[in-house]
Amino acid sequence: MFQLLLRRIGHSIFVLLAVALMSFLIFQFVGDPVASMVGQETSMEDRQKLRTELGLDRPVIVQFGDFVSRIATGDFGVSYRDGQPVMKLIMERLPATIELAAVAALFALALGIPMGVYCGLHPDGALSRAFQAISLLGVSLPPFVIGILLILLFGVYLRILPTFGRGEVVDLGVWQTGLLTASGIRSLVMPAVTLGLFQMTLIMRLVRAGMIEVLGTDFIKFTRARGLDDRAVYFRHALKNTLVPVITVVGLQIGSLIAFSIIVETVFQWPGLGLLFIRSVQFSDVPVMSAYLLFVGVIFVTINLVVDLLYLAVDPRLRTAASESGS
Amino acid sequence: MNALTNGFRRFLASDLWYSFRRSRVTVAAAVVTAVLVVGALGAPWLAPHDPYDLSALNLMDSLLPPAWLEGGDWRYVLGTDNQGRDILSTIMYGTRLSLIVGLCSVLLAMVVGILLGLVSGYLGGLVDSVVMRIADVQLTFPAILVALLIDGVIKATARGSNENLAMAAVVFAIGLSFWVQYARTVRGSVLVEKGKEYVMAARVLGLGPATIMSRHLLRNIMTPVLVIGTINLALAIIAEATLSFLGVGIPSTQPSLGTLIRIGNDYLFSGEWWIAVFPAAVLGTLVLAVNLLGDWLRDALNPRLR
Repeated sequence: MFQLLLRRIGHSIFVLLAVALMSFLIFQFVGDPVASMVGQETSMEDRQKLRTELGLDRPVIVQFGDFVSRIATGDFGVSYRDGQPVMKLIMERLPATIELAAVAALFALALGIPMGVYCGLHPDGALSRAFQAISLLGVSLPPFVIGILLILLFGVYLRILPTFGRGEVVDLGVWQTGLLTASGIRSLVMPAVTLGLFQMTLIMRLVRAGMIEVLGTDFIKFTRARGLDDRAVYFRHALKNTLVPVITVVGLQIGSLIAFSIIVETVFQWPGLGLLFIRSVQFSDVPVMSAYLLFVGVIFVTINLVVDLLYLAVDPRLRTAASESGS
Repeated sequence: MNALTNGFRRFLASDLWYSFRRSRVTVAAAVVTAVLVVGALGAPWLAPHDPYDLSALNLMDSLLPPAWLEGGDWRYVLGTDNQGRDILSTIMYGTRLSLIVGLCSVLLAMVVGILLGLVSGYLGGLVDSVVMRIADVQLTFPAILVALLIDGVIKATARGSNENLAMAAVVFAIGLSFWVQYARTVRGSVLVEKGKEYVMAARVLGLGPATIMSRHLLRNIMTPVLVIGTINLALAIIAEATLSFLGVGIPSTQPSLGTLIRIGNDYLFSGEWWIAVFPAAVLGTLVLAVNLLGDWLRDALNPRLR
């Protein structure tokens, strides 16, 4: 058990170092940092001097060590595009993305689980078929198409929801939130639905498959034999047992929520991290690209680790299997 | 000739054809895919207009609605875009581009994945650990993010842009973000096949690893690879459309479906919905049809997965 824990943590550290190396290589070698800092008329000697000053002529491994110690203090360099420190840009935009992803995840869970339970209890019902059809559409339509269709319907024809931006935000010191104003919440509806739709269909399918499987097992028959009513059987026993894989998948999907927020933020001009990143790709703003990579790398690795450990805590079978095999 | 008809007869009698014929959804998906593919690949001959021919464009014809709406023109059945290009024709050319980019990136992913999977499974040792660790790290990130990064890095390295570079960058970005799945599958199959007698026999004959991998192992591990390939084609088409929609994929001089949707997105608010909605509908239909075909192929070739 303890060994397994250590191995998982070791693996996470390895992935983080690899991501840091990638981020460093991008930062240092994509494009020429010197060329992007000096003007056309700078002489070769001056360029060489600047190179020495920046430490670009030292061995790569020394430069990498330097890079790691700099990012450990939160120094990601300066954006090529608007000259601001990259760390400041990221911290400004982080709240917008976190609020969007969190609301999207809540939406996916709040709708996906009941829909999945219903489909599991009535596999051949008309409503179940309708849900299944929706989930097939949710998988086949890329998120930006769903976003555009929502904008067309609710923004252009019905004119009931704002189509871009965050609305009014309230400044809470380090955190600017849009959840405290009416316009902020209205602005959040369409982006969150667009972002959460795919996760919702995923959760629905998982819960449906899980319910169908669990309802056929012996222990459910025993709970019925004990005389429990349907509600207790379905929700207290069956659903509880399907939720373990759901928790894992939802945890792992937080990463893809952050990745897909790039697309959703572009469609709705949501001023978050994703929009910052896509601008940096469009303008070859290398420091921002490299910092974003490292930033989401840390988030993903942390989530993976937490989910792994949670899984160990939740599912006793895994613990015994791990200690028996001696690994 | 005789061998050909014989082969065809055998195909008609096969399980594959039977399971295809029996599923109405699959037949429908195949018909839709065929129509879209023919319309796309035959675009230069079938399309009513040539959207790349700048001299034929007339700005007077720009932003016309579809023909059945007021102000529409039957010369432009689905209407025109901001430059006066016929939407139907741009969609046909755009689908062609989307299909080509999708196919090329899936092929690239396959080649890279099969090669690395074969080598890493057959040789094992250090090569195996290095390749599989790289795969692990890459799997930490969603494919679309990896594709965006690769695309950004290629473009930042190359500085300056032209259409061919943009297209190659997209193919590389998507191809390199998808190889892991093939490599893992191939490696797994190779580990199983490696211990079988025919591989032993080849070794005893004194054949080198390269020959054994390419002549003997490869043909025995292709089935799962083809299944993944079909399903990945839908994903690759979506990935290309996404990159293009985000403005970092195919440029608007020769628009793909994603680029068309991005252009149309700017006109949603002034009421010209057709510029975005028709390409989006074609994209959705194409992806849905290819997905259904992929699901069928997986079930038909891999009874265990059902």
